[in-house]
Amino acid sequence: MAETAFDVLIIGSGPGGYVTAIRSAQLGFKTAIVERDYLGGICLNWGCIPTKALLRSAEIFHYFQHAKDYGLSADKVGYDAKAVVQRSRAVAKRLNDGVGFLMKKNKVQVIWGEASIDAPGKITVKPRDNAPKGALGPSSYQAKHIILATGARPRVLPGIEPDKKLIWTYFEAMVPEKIPKSLLVIGSGAIGIEFASFFRTLGSEVTVVEMLPQILPVEDAEIAALARKSFEKQGIKILTGAKVSAVEKKGDGTVTQIEDPKGQKQSIAAERVISAVGVTGNVEGLGLEKLRVKIDRGTIVIDGMCRTNVPGIYAIGDVAGPPMLAHKAEHEGVVCVEAIKGLHPHPMDKRLIPGCTYCSPQVASVGLTEAAAKEAGYEIRVGRFPFIGNGKAIALGEPEGLVKVVFDKKTGAMLGAHMVGAEVTELIQGYVVAMNLETTEEELMHTIFPHPTLSEMMKEAVLDAYGRVLNI
Amino acid sequence: MPINILMPALSPTMEKGNLAKWLKKEGDPVKAGDIIAEIETDKATMEVEAADEGVLAKIVVPEGTADVPVNQLIAVLAGEGEDVKAAAAGAKSAAAPAPATEALPKAASAPPPSPQPSPQRGEGVPPSSPQPAAVPAGAPSPGEGPRVDLRRMDGGRIFSSPLARRLAREAGIDIGRVQGTGPRGRVVARDIEAAKSGKGLRAPGAPAAAPAPAAAPIGARAPSDEKIRALFEPDSYEVVPHDNMRKIIAQRLTESKLTIPHFYLTIDCLIDRLLAAREEINATAPKDKDGKPAYKISVNDFVIKALALALQKVPEANVTWTESAMLKHKHSDVGVAVAIKGGLITPVVRKAEQKSLSAISNEMKDFAARARARKLAPHEYQGGSTAVSNLGMYGIKDFYAVINPPHATILSVGAGEARPVVRDGKIEAAQIMTVGLSTDHRAVDGALGAELLAAFRGYIENPVMMLV
Repeated sequence: MAETAFDVLIIGSGPGGYVTAIRSAQLGFKTAIVERDYLGGICLNWGCIPTKALLRSAEIFHYFQHAKDYGLSADKVGYDAKAVVQRSRAVAKRLNDGVGFLMKKNKVQVIWGEASIDAPGKITVKPRDNAPKGALGPSSYQAKHIILATGARPRVLPGIEPDKKLIWTYFEAMVPEKIPKSLLVIGSGAIGIEFASFFRTLGSEVTVVEMLPQILPVEDAEIAALARKSFEKQGIKILTGAKVSAVEKKGDGTVTQIEDPKGQKQSIAAERVISAVGVTGNVEGLGLEKLRVKIDRGTIVIDGMCRTNVPGIYAIGDVAGPPMLAHKAEHEGVVCVEAIKGLHPHPMDKRLIPGCTYCSPQVASVGLTEAAAKEAGYEIRVGRFPFIGNGKAIALGEPEGLVKVVFDKKTGAMLGAHMVGAEVTELIQGYVVAMNLETTEEELMHTIFPHPTLSEMMKEAVLDAYGRVLNI
Repeated sequence: MPINILMPALSPTMEKGNLAKWLKKEGDPVKAGDIIAEIETDKATMEVEAADEGVLAKIVVPEGTADVPVNQLIAVLAGEGEDVKAAAAGAKSAAAPAPATEALPKAASAPPPSPQPSPQRGEGVPPSSPQPAAVPAGAPSPGEGPRVDLRRMDGGRIFSSPLARRLAREAGIDIGRVQGTGPRGRVVARDIEAAKSGKGLRAPGAPAAAPAPAAAPIGARAPSDEKIRALFEPDSYEVVPHDNMRKIIAQRLTESKLTIPHFYLTIDCLIDRLLAAREEINATAPKDKDGKPAYKISVNDFVIKALALALQKVPEANVTWTESAMLKHKHSDVGVAVAIKGGLITPVVRKAEQKSLSAISNEMKDFAARARARKLAPHEYQGGSTAVSNLGMYGIKDFYAVINPPHATILSVGAGEARPVVRDGKIEAAQIMTVGLSTDHRAVDGALGAELLAAFRGYIENPVMMLV
């Protein structure tokens, strides 16, 4: 007879859920994971991973277009939109299978269906299609600890309801049948900017509309301004401080009404619109209201150990609040099960969660922006180093970008690091490790960075903060 | 799967606690959220809630056990439908690696929320007792088992973050005294922040701390326990484990003699007038209806008062040495060594210069009674700038006591006795009391100490001057 009682049961198999399940199994808990759609969740199937596949196609296409710059010739450069999408789907599928394998390897029982909690320790799973082999089906299950990892979905703003044909969310934007001639992207967060970058590289006329005065609103203002300059140079039209009042559908296209801060109105016609105005937690249909699980502004309220107000019920990842990032979800999941095990992990320090945007140029950051550091009352030292001063960047043909670091003047503690330019999403982790180990400027200055690499800019930026920059 | 209940960390800096009480017995059913035990830390008593449901199969650490390290197995819960006996049996092997803690002496009889009595100057933090020194074989892999303080495994290296080291340096905190809460006891920035307000700060030289620079030579020089024991015939002695008070006396006085350059002065005081005044004062004490006098002033009470006034007269000697500056005290807070069973404790008479002899006398009686019952609160025995140690009642003529940091001086009082003195070329008998003064030469130089002692003698020989 199939097992129906578990130590730990996780609802949702996104990057947070499945990592939590593996850690839980490693700790010796009998673990199950419930999924209704795709193992690996949005991240693997409709988010982080497939978009990276699309952006890689765009990047290589861009290189082909600029082959001459490198002394190469590539005539008749073109793309097949279908094949680009197909590659992206194949990448997602491969990783999706990978999660299935990981669950099996770690003896995590997959349960297929839609879960709701009847009472602490008791859940009911209702049927859903496409159950993978070996998964348990709809039934009642018991678990001492239930971890909600149900993720988030695109937020819908009134007047901009996605119809999935003309007005897209990231789901449709990821699998376009053709590349639209013109595209309007509402929202300039990571999702909006990445799609803008992708479609622009493949030739769309792209307009980005942002309500706030700055694109990439969570990033450092200086970095965001540099990114904006670069996007505009590529031909992306950017409207900040602009509000979308309505999107009308007209035949096989749209007209969007936009109001600028001074009340000036304009309408922009575009074949397609992508609504990328953020995501909202999946808190519905889980029985949370009945259990009186505390919810605030669409996400579940948790403590440092990911406990909700109801004993035995925990939440991690997007559904437990911002920042809605896969790596934040993973870390929360690990903290959550380790706390259940009694290992006394430290709660996550939200300041040490890096953020990456894979547009061209890339943007990556960790910690406090310059403005946030000042607002928090720190006396700061700021160091900067531009890509133009780095030999590797010049050799790569990527001379645009900036590495910026913010230090606490008093203690030398690194408060934040912000970068824009080629490959910075792979660089930021150096600073994340440094901050996590509480290094000061001194240790960073004593660290030997290999030459020639882009990473040398990371040391130079630190040196610059202390008036010791070398190569500029 | 039986569920192991581990010693919880009730605060980020907690490393160990006393298991004060079990509220459930073996065999009791437990629901998640039930209070199962009470844990005492140096600061408070807190309740432990069960996180799981089941039956309390085995209590591994009995109530009343002191200094149980965080994450040590304290009990085992049998899950629903599990065999309680099997779960309990499993607990034995699990508990085995940490037998040392169970052998530790019971918590001192101090009231639960207050720190254990620290006979000399307490820090408000009882020093940790020695932990099992090495990781037992078959211990859980790093990160999953009890946290092991790496500092004790690696000849004294203090694992700490660069930022923590810098913050500690700037705050003037010895990082070796800071309780680390990072991975495996690594000292991180938040620990220094906590230490600034005294949290998680170990007493200097406490065994749990990495050897402080000053303490290092002792470790190197002192022969091992085995070597010392080998000098005696087996069974020719009894091994009496140190209690906390003994450990603290050993640490603090070793620290004192190693770090404080002691300098000694002696003076003879004529106390005929003092004895006469004492007799007069005590004879005229008002009596209550049972005929009990309202006060009975001792010679020592006069000594306390005289020292307090002398410190006011020579304020340069009313000081405490710190590395960066001299603390010049405004009041005369005089510690008085009280011998109690198994050691001594030094309650402090605050602002003694302002107190009448009868007030000092009554305060001392109360202190002595409560010291013997080990009921003194930390604030009553911490601080002070000097102390009085009186061994006159044993007939000791003179001696020099060890300075009790943060004091800069200590007065050693011998017996008052009739001795021949020379007056106007003739030998006469007089009541003489010899007092010794040990000074911290960093803070009180020889001449300054002499000045203080002369001022003291002025008051002792002319007790009327204490009224001025």
